[in-house]
Amino acid sequence: MSTPIETDVAIIGAGPIGLFAVFELGLLDLKCHLVDILDRPGGQCTELYPEKPIYDIPGLPIVTGQELTNKLLEQIKPFGAQYHFGEMAQALKKLPDGKWKLTTDAGTEIVAPVIVIAAGGGSFVPKRPPVPGIEAFENKGNGVGVHYAVRKMETFRGKNVLIAGGGDSALDWTINLAPIAKSLTLVHHRDGFRAAQHSVNQMRELEKEGKVKFHVASVKQLLGDENGNLMGVTLSGADKKEWTHETDAFLPFFGLTIKLGPIAEFGLNLHENLIPVDTAKFESSTPGIFAIGDINSYAGKLKLILSGFHEAALMAQAAFHVCRPNEKLRFQYTTSSSNLQKKLGVTA
Amino acid sequence: MKIVATDRVGKEHVVEGRDGWSVMEILRDAGLPIAAECGGACACATCHVYVEDGWYEKLSPPSDAEIDMLDMALAVEPGRSRLSCQIVCKNEIDGIKVTVAPE
Repeated sequence: MSTPIETDVAIIGAGPIGLFAVFELGLLDLKCHLVDILDRPGGQCTELYPEKPIYDIPGLPIVTGQELTNKLLEQIKPFGAQYHFGEMAQALKKLPDGKWKLTTDAGTEIVAPVIVIAAGGGSFVPKRPPVPGIEAFENKGNGVGVHYAVRKMETFRGKNVLIAGGGDSALDWTINLAPIAKSLTLVHHRDGFRAAQHSVNQMRELEKEGKVKFHVASVKQLLGDENGNLMGVTLSGADKKEWTHETDAFLPFFGLTIKLGPIAEFGLNLHENLIPVDTAKFESSTPGIFAIGDINSYAGKLKLILSGFHEAALMAQAAFHVCRPNEKLRFQYTTSSSNLQKKLGVTA
Repeated sequence: MKIVATDRVGKEHVVEGRDGWSVMEILRDAGLPIAAECGGACACATCHVYVEDGWYEKLSPPSDAEIDMLDMALAVEPGRSRLSCQIVCKNEIDGIKVTVAPE
């Protein structure tokens, strides 16, 4: 086990609010580590609507999710936050000295007096098709059963693989696994795909060569043997006719959805999957744990990015007192404080 | 105008629509379990509904963006599946029947 990272603040979620929290905390000389299950910053802004314009960011009449993320990253660059992408915040434990230890599913341990939960609606996780009993076939490993991601292509060598979906992941893995799988079948609810055109062309080429079978169909049922291993599926075609398809592995690719996830197990007071906070500090009922952005709740809450920015600013003031109990906090403006301007790297 | 919506346990709700609002917004505000993670930007497919009883044909057809986005929805039924953020309330669809699709 590696030694835990010591910092001032651990932020869960690198969406716009988590990123702006780095700025507000940074102005007060508080150092941050951010954890996000996605492999890049921006949260919902970059995962769900990178190209869609946002019209209600003060001072930016029109900005896309990706542009806003890029601008926030530029704004917080001087503060040297550390990012832990592709990791899910999994456990939170109070240490004897009053600090918190946050552990991720990758084994990273971050020790800090302040935890800021800026996790939006929770973690982005793969969508699970509503097929009865699908959970029982998950996490079997070795290229059998149900998989929502491909970690090692080799595990599918020599296997009968069934892929469902019409997006880039479905098409990319169809193309990549076809040469090594024993057989590869793709099913989708229509004879058309939202995936990139060149991927679609490649898939059609493989279909012509007989290396990929494609059906307009959907998976209705999973069939297992007496040991609970996946044997096949029941497919239903466009004409509602059903048939049995034998397969070792089933890979559904329907993108991501948001689930609260392990935050529910942190022992925090939750109300309808949200964390109630006070509106002076944006602290939860557990001292030292703050919640900002879409994940918190209070009277009059609006799930807006601009509200999250305000929450981050007030949270930072309160977090300072937790991190530096013996220091006095002097409120300063970036426009007039040469001290703040030095931190931002804008003074000569 | 009214929207007749069946939730995931089969309970029927009659909800008052508002001209110019999306069916997603009306159903969500009425407390039906519509995630609508992207907030109505046709970017997440978590407001998927089945349009029932011949109402599908009465709607303006889905845009290319919606057809693409439905590729990310679960349990899509051709001829029934729509994203409710893309159905706009208006008098012509008074009484529309929808069922919230599985999660």
